[in-house]
Amino acid sequence: MTMKIFVPRDATAVAVGADEVVAAFAQTAEKRGLPIEIVRTGSRGLHWLEPMVEVATLKGRVAYGPVSSEDVASVFESMASNGPHALRLGVADEIPWLKRQTRLTFARCGVIDPRSLEDYRAHGGYKGLERALSLGSDAILAEVTASGLRGRGGAGFPTGIKWKTVAQAKADRKFIVCNADEGDSGTFADRMIMEGDPFLVIEGMTTAGITVGATKGYIYIRSEYPHAVEAMKAAIIAARRGGYLGDKIGGSTTSFDMEVRVGAGAYVCGEETSLLESLEGRRGLVRAKPPLPAHHGLFGKPTVINNVLSFAAIPFILAEGAKAYADFGMGRSRGTMPIQLAGNIRQGGLFETAFGVTLGELVDDIGGGTFTGRPVRAVQVGGPLGAYFPRALFDAPFDYEAFAARDGLIGHGGIVVFDDSVDMRKQARFAMEFCAIESCGKCTPCRIGSTRGVETIEKIIRGDRVSENLALVEDLCNTMKFGSLCALGGFTPYPVLSALKHFREDFIPAPTTLQAAE
Amino acid sequence: MTAVYEPRYEPWDETRGAEIIAEHAKQEGATLVILHALQEAFGYVPEAAIPMVAQALNLSRAEVHGVFTFYHDFRHKPAGRHVLKLCRAEACQAAGGDALAARAEAKLGVSLGNTTADDRVTLEPIYCLGLCSTAPSAMLDGRLVGRLDEKRIDALVAEAQR
Repeated sequence: MTMKIFVPRDATAVAVGADEVVAAFAQTAEKRGLPIEIVRTGSRGLHWLEPMVEVATLKGRVAYGPVSSEDVASVFESMASNGPHALRLGVADEIPWLKRQTRLTFARCGVIDPRSLEDYRAHGGYKGLERALSLGSDAILAEVTASGLRGRGGAGFPTGIKWKTVAQAKADRKFIVCNADEGDSGTFADRMIMEGDPFLVIEGMTTAGITVGATKGYIYIRSEYPHAVEAMKAAIIAARRGGYLGDKIGGSTTSFDMEVRVGAGAYVCGEETSLLESLEGRRGLVRAKPPLPAHHGLFGKPTVINNVLSFAAIPFILAEGAKAYADFGMGRSRGTMPIQLAGNIRQGGLFETAFGVTLGELVDDIGGGTFTGRPVRAVQVGGPLGAYFPRALFDAPFDYEAFAARDGLIGHGGIVVFDDSVDMRKQARFAMEFCAIESCGKCTPCRIGSTRGVETIEKIIRGDRVSENLALVEDLCNTMKFGSLCALGGFTPYPVLSALKHFREDFIPAPTTLQAAE
Repeated sequence: MTAVYEPRYEPWDETRGAEIIAEHAKQEGATLVILHALQEAFGYVPEAAIPMVAQALNLSRAEVHGVFTFYHDFRHKPAGRHVLKLCRAEACQAAGGDALAARAEAKLGVSLGNTTADDRVTLEPIYCLGLCSTAPSAMLDGRLVGRLDEKRIDALVAEAQR
């Protein structure tokens, strides 16, 4: 019997040797004269176990990890004989870290072959679109609104309201734009879903298209993600061939097609209006709002612009109904959030769960603390524009409002863990420096403020009039927060002010005898 | 073993440049698409191509120049034979990326953003490869490498210098 082996082609797995593992399996199989079939999947998200390899058995898929090419010969032996192995993790679906998740969006990621439309359909793909086509625009809008889905890019705006605005707009052309410019450090959920389940994103965008009356979609992917670009392009071709993109999609009377556009290394293009400018072929300068993209978006036409994860949540909502989604979560944060555990963390990866899990559970329990073994001192939540949280705030539940109440944001759901060797002055300085590098330059608080911020924090680091300069940084942060045109300048104060507030001891120099003498 | 990525670029040629531009000019908002295609072919966007793009898209030369200079990706001159990008964002910082970046700089004798005198290696910062759970990470000519440590960064630097 042919042994069926699954190895991720996800960039994370490839970066730690998945391609070499595949080559080693092919070699071993040939040497042993045993036929094997290798399926390249996405990643299940247990990144500390990557490359995680699975083999199909009668009891389900049995996982091994982390497998290096040197381990392959013995792992192969264990697979062929169903024998023990030090790297054997048991049936993949039963691994506790996976089992305790609520995988609505990532249900198929790491399971199916992302290049195969048939595999996608066999695992429930396109059920949502089929139902959407039978429902019609108003009923779809009602479902999306009732699901409580909010924009997963970070802003948390209700998706149903956004779609309704575009549906009601009158225009000769409308567009669907998917924001796949996932530039936040500590986030990789968009990348994983594009690489591991690209048809899901296509299905979500197509559903948006039929809902609002748009026939053309663009997915804007950052250039740092070549694997995702390749996966999305391949999936679009396959969807077209299968009748799910192009004229008369899924046998209906509606048409929708889409294409991939690649960014060029500008972080600010993750801001929706900057992204639209970039798609139009211009410098990624942020536009003043209003007018909203829903009225005046791409090429001046009404445009739905959503994050990858927002579109990816849609097929489940349509297939299973709004209630099935809204039953998860807390307060006004309904459904699930794919949370990304990163940085100095023992068990890093993707953990999808209902809103409401606490930061402490995520970092200490699920993440297992730091890989250096030192105590966790700070975690940055929500990317370079997110606040640094101390352990004292680890009781915060993962929820839009709860984080806002603690002067933070959940952003795109990335959590970067730092141990006690972190120098928070350095992190505060970096936040300003990053803003200075990436500022589009259109508004003064962001363009000039960030550079002045770097200079002032450097003075503090040098011990130059510390309390005066600390006050100046706080004042500058307020100017940036309230005076900037978009979230880049407006949110850079979050990491800076949170570092100042929660880690004040790093900024105040220890009193020296010289100062005491003065 | 993974094949070593050896980027091969064509020397700048006006006719070839014009062909590439014409191939993409009909798309809506084609400027970035064309600049990417030119860089993919020649390894950089030659100065001479800017007015050609402008003419094809009915834009001013200043507009195209403005787009070209806005984005970090586009090069105005060829990079070194190998490009080593080190992720310098927060997740990699948290995992010891600062020390590894300093180590690579010292080994190559150039700071981030520069090319070695022999034109072999361009060392660049990159703000997030999305491999934040297996940090620190790097990319050598399009090949991703995660879980960097001193040994791995030394091997990458040596490979880039070859």
